[in-house]
Amino acid sequence: MGFFDQFWQLTIDGLMVGSLYAVIALGYTLVYGVLQLINFAHSEVFMLGSFGGLFAARALLPDGGVPGGFQSVYLVAVGLAVGALCGALAAFTLERVAYRPLRRRSAPRLAYLISAIGASLFAVNLAGKEFGRQNVDLPDLFHNDTVFTLFGADVSTQSLVIFAVAIAMLVGLDRLVAGTRLGQGIRAVAQDADTAVLMGVNVERIIIVTFVVGGLLAGAGGFLYAMTFNASYSMGFVPGVKAFTAAVLGGIGNVRGAMLGGLLLGLVESYGGYLFQASYKDVIAFLVLVAILMIRPSGLLGERLGRAA
Amino acid sequence: MLLSLTDVEVAYGAVTALRGLSLEVDEGEIVTLLGANGAGKTTTLRTISGLLRPRAGELRLDGRPLSTIPAHDLVALGVSHVPEGRRVFPSMSVRENLLMGAYRDRRHTREDLDRVFALFPRLSERIGQVSGTLSGGEQQMLAIGRALMSRPRLVLLDEPSMGLAPMVVQTIFEVIAEINRDGVAVLLVEQNAASALRIAGRGYVLETGEVVLSGTSASLLSDDRVRQAYLGEDLTPTP
Ligand SMILES: Nc1ncnc2c1ncn2[C@@H]1O[C@H](COP(=O)(O)OP(=O)(O)OP(=O)(O)O)[C@@H](O)[C@H]1O
Ligand SMILES: [Mg+2]
Repeated sequence: MGFFDQFWQLTIDGLMVGSLYAVIALGYTLVYGVLQLINFAHSEVFMLGSFGGLFAARALLPDGGVPGGFQSVYLVAVGLAVGALCGALAAFTLERVAYRPLRRRSAPRLAYLISAIGASLFAVNLAGKEFGRQNVDLPDLFHNDTVFTLFGADVSTQSLVIFAVAIAMLVGLDRLVAGTRLGQGIRAVAQDADTAVLMGVNVERIIIVTFVVGGLLAGAGGFLYAMTFNASYSMGFVPGVKAFTAAVLGGIGNVRGAMLGGLLLGLVESYGGYLFQASYKDVIAFLVLVAILMIRPSGLLGERLGRAA
Repeated sequence: MLLSLTDVEVAYGAVTALRGLSLEVDEGEIVTLLGANGAGKTTTLRTISGLLRPRAGELRLDGRPLSTIPAHDLVALGVSHVPEGRRVFPSMSVRENLLMGAYRDRRHTREDLDRVFALFPRLSERIGQVSGTLSGGEQQMLAIGRALMSRPRLVLLDEPSMGLAPMVVQTIFEVIAEINRDGVAVLLVEQNAASALRIAGRGYVLETGEVVLSGTSASLLSDDRVRQAYLGEDLTPTP
């Protein structure tokens, strides 16, 4: 079958994965926006959220057979909520333990990077020890039927759930940043932290909120990811770097840029993986990263957190 | 006394910027702070706002020491700071910038917006414009308007006339006088000594982090050192 026969199927798959990249990318971009810090441990926030959601859903899963109806909705909702909470808790702890002490000492940039890598290694190895070094399965929480066909492509329940939840989170975050007082505080700190203080903004609180919001999204995203790919202690790295790529692609620090970047990267990967070979997917993502850094380092929509919101 | 600084010392690392500075601002007055580039005027205002912490000395607002109050709470105590270089939030609209001024208290936003637009009708015409694209004069109006949105009792103004055309400078000074007529105290940092002394009741002259001269505007205006150094008058006797 040729590319054009597969085009819509590849588009749907690409958008599904891309919407997950976008959800994770927001965590990178928000933190970068307010602190000009690349939080390389964000991938582990995603991983821990994923495990949290997975174990919660598994604990409530009844024996025998795939649940259906209301029970499925309930299980997915619990998984998302617990995943989000675990992600938020991980991000909060990360900020407190790995970054805040450095901020208090006005440490140089490199110290943050080293601290991030240290925190990341710690989280990965702790998860490896506690949850084992194999894949941890998340059984089906619903019958993964084809819901409808779009231009001849099958849209499964799973793609639909992932895409719908991810888009709802993206829209919610966008509204938060653009339309609430809290969002105004975030944007003010991103644009000019000293002047934000003069306006009465508590910068430390904004920083914590930013980490927590990024953690909520990554944790819920981690659970969505586990629904398709299961979970493992080392699962964070690759989606993490891809989400970071998505953030850079859209313009790091820019909320709508991260969303656009995630969806685009998902599509490019999906088309590219088909045209070349599925195993080239990751290569393609990193080629995209290198290419943007060379051609347009400020990303598609530019660098400012305030601008697109 | 609304605001008092006593023997305040501030340093940037090894560089001492304020060396035992004392000054006072009373309820409802306009006080100006004059001084050459690098004298420490901006440092003084940033210390009052809590962005810098003194190495020694004391700051009091309404007689209460400010040392334990976080910088972001000062606006809630009635102090508004219009920073040097305006510092409007460039990607926010005029309206959003003004709302930032009311970040801590949104109860009177509508009324206060109307009041700012009455002072600066130009701003109401630009309400949706992204602030980074405003002219320098408009940005200064916005910065002042934003500071008024918190209903301050004391406004700190850092060189509001910097880089502006004489017409705009006049508008700005008229507005400062008008704000003051409503009972708001103003601490005005200026290079434009003539205009500043015209609206201020008192003034301080700062040199390398110290007050070298202070007094009523009238006495400063007639002081030879002030006339020579800050009013640009040539005092060499004509033969
Ligand atoms: N961030 C800083 N780091 C080191 N030194 C600084 C810093 N900011 C100011 N200074 C120094 O402190 C002194 C006072 O500076 P300040 O900005 O308060 O002067 P100013 O009176 O506001 O001058 P201007 O009229 O040029 O705005 C100067 O010698 C300046 O070089
Ligand atoms: Mg200055």
